Amino acid sequence: MTGLAFLIPIALGLGLLGLAAFFWAMRKGQFEDLDGAAQRILIDDEDDEQ
Amino acid sequence: MTAPVTLETPEGAKLLDSRFTVPGMRCAGCIAKIERGLAKIEGVDSARVNFSSKRVAVRHTNSLDEESLVEAIAEIGFEAQPVADNPLAKDDREVKLLLRALAVAGFGMMNIMLLSVSVWSGAGGVTRELFHWLSALIALPVVAYSGRPFFSSAAMALRHRRTNMDVPISIGVLLATGLSVYETFAGGGHAYFDSAVMLLFFLLAGRALDATMRNKTHAGIGALLSRMGKSAAVLDEGGNRKIVAAEDLEPGMLMLVAAGDALAADGEIEEGETALDNSMLTGESAPHAASVGDTIYAGAINLGNPVRVRVTATASDTAIAEIARLMDEAGQSRSSYVRIADRASRLYAPAVHSLALIAFAGWMIAGAGWHQSLVIAIAVLIITCPCAMGLAVPAAQVVASGALAKKGLLVKDGSALERLAEIDVALFDKTGTLTLGEPVPQVDHLTGQQASIALALARTSRHPLSKGITKALEQRGVQAAKLADVREESGQGLTGLFDGRKVALARPETGSANIATSLMIGDERTKILFEDPIRPDAPEALAMLAEGGVSSSIVSGDFTEPVEAVARELGIDWKAELHPEDKLALLDRLKASGSRPLMVGDGINDGPALAAAHASIAPGGASDVSQQASDAVFLGSGLMPVALAVRVARKTMQIVRQNFAFAIIYNVFAVPLALAGLVTPLIAAIAMSLSSVVVVGNSLRLAKAAR
Repeated sequence: MTGLAFLIPIALGLGLLGLAAFFWAMRKGQFEDLDGAAQRILIDDEDDEQ
Repeated sequence: MTAPVTLETPEGAKLLDSRFTVPGMRCAGCIAKIERGLAKIEGVDSARVNFSSKRVAVRHTNSLDEESLVEAIAEIGFEAQPVADNPLAKDDREVKLLLRALAVAGFGMMNIMLLSVSVWSGAGGVTRELFHWLSALIALPVVAYSGRPFFSSAAMALRHRRTNMDVPISIGVLLATGLSVYETFAGGGHAYFDSAVMLLFFLLAGRALDATMRNKTHAGIGALLSRMGKSAAVLDEGGNRKIVAAEDLEPGMLMLVAAGDALAADGEIEEGETALDNSMLTGESAPHAASVGDTIYAGAINLGNPVRVRVTATASDTAIAEIARLMDEAGQSRSSYVRIADRASRLYAPAVHSLALIAFAGWMIAGAGWHQSLVIAIAVLIITCPCAMGLAVPAAQVVASGALAKKGLLVKDGSALERLAEIDVALFDKTGTLTLGEPVPQVDHLTGQQASIALALARTSRHPLSKGITKALEQRGVQAAKLADVREESGQGLTGLFDGRKVALARPETGSANIATSLMIGDERTKILFEDPIRPDAPEALAMLAEGGVSSSIVSGDFTEPVEAVARELGIDWKAELHPEDKLALLDRLKASGSRPLMVGDGINDGPALAAAHASIAPGGASDVSQQASDAVFLGSGLMPVALAVRVARKTMQIVRQNFAFAIIYNVFAVPLALAGLVTPLIAAIAMSLSSVVVVGNSLRLAKAAR
């Protein structure tokens, strides 16, 4: 029983963390351009770029 | 036009945000080229491409304006159009709201399930009570947050004394939550928090899918829109040129219409003479000659020389606006179409409510006590609550529209697929629909030297015909000749010097039926004719439609002769020289005789017909109005997406019906169990997830439908 006192808050906390991460990602526009992200990895870095 | 957001930077310089749509982006290279190319320009702070919506957002100082940025993007090699400040914001908000609700419901469902599983597997006494309290703690805020889309829609329906799918859902969720809270307080054995939250989760998944699909297509179509006259260059009294948005034009203003520009208002030519492409308005493929004193209409494209036009009618007074009014009226009939899910819910909701009521009354009469009777009634509500039904339609439609999008057809919403599945007659416009709609030069008779000189001349000009010649010759691998002193004289065409001889591409002859230009080398003249070819796969596409029992015919505003020629080549019926009203009347006759017509057309003159038809499709090169009025837009040079659309739509409805059949079978088994009072929260949870998984799995089969 004493284990529950730790485990349940941890489980809930992790869930809330995931939820918060999703909300953050949505507000920051991480899902705005899903196709673009797939294309961008193919772009070569230019030499003159820092 | 764009209302740029003004931002204050720490240095004090003002930065503006402008957005452009660039439909030509296709690959990673395009993203890099545009972003790096723009970043190098003086005054551009940053440029960010959104590949999904084919847009680029540029942050720049006010030393640059939209026009110069469009030119800069053109120099990089892409056609761009400024766009208004995020017209999709409304759709976006809906999707985001649903996704947030879905995430919250998912969080709640997982945690409550975790607790419920231990209760089901035998936790008793204090542990069970503690878990019920914890579940209540999680479920109450989750239901309050995630249930809002359903509660508000149900409240709206009830306020109008109607009922929809959301009414039984809301009642079921609220009752289940309320009873579970009571159970928790009373220390009872069963709490239904998990069922209530899971119900919300699956239903929200269906809604979010539906909204995402609409959003994605709207973004795709938005990128195509607006090559039409949204603005005009206007000369004021002082002779200064400035760009005025179409809605701000006033009669009496003097517009400067360059070659290739679309007219933004009706007007009278004051200076210059030219040829106009009126196909947007009339569907006629031949260019119209126009000179001083002639009235020309908004939507026409200037093919010839720059002209000065005095505005006579704007916005709602233009000839186009009259067509828009016809369209509005024609579209009324379609808005009365009832979607299949709503038709189902009209039968379903009363049935579910009465069943639950009967269960409650029956058990009360049998003397079970109000508490047990209520539990059973809620079990009936929850188990019949249409998880599978909520997913049945959107899941199938989303998978189908995804498969079609890969083939170049953007479907606007689910109801479009439902109506497309029902069509039995297809009417095609000619110019721009069965044909490609852009003049393609006949260059096969040119010798190598002639071709290379023509290319060298044509590629220096932005005139639509020159662009056509450049494209055709470059495709044939012609190398441009070295010319000296190339210049474009407005109204005369292109001239240059080749080995000391004068060479020229003479201006197109206006007034004749076919567009033609002459290539002159010294004194030798060669004619280059322009043709509007039929889409290469049109015969196959029409054959595929015929296979599905759909008969096709041409309805065109063009002259009899060219329409008959195309119809004979394709072997289908035809009607020529039709006005927009005639097309509308034809559709009304067809509908009155019980047919379900599909209209495929591109011009503004097809707009009313597109709006009135049972379903409609427009090509990607169509006018804005036509794309707005139609259910779907197809891209590329093929006609095949149209035939595929009908086939996939039919398969989709087949799958939807299967899904419904499954939901009904499931209810046939589950409802008696619930009525008998045998359904525990565990059984309800398993049954609900199982039915949803089956429905989604069945819908995924559609991914192969478009192959």
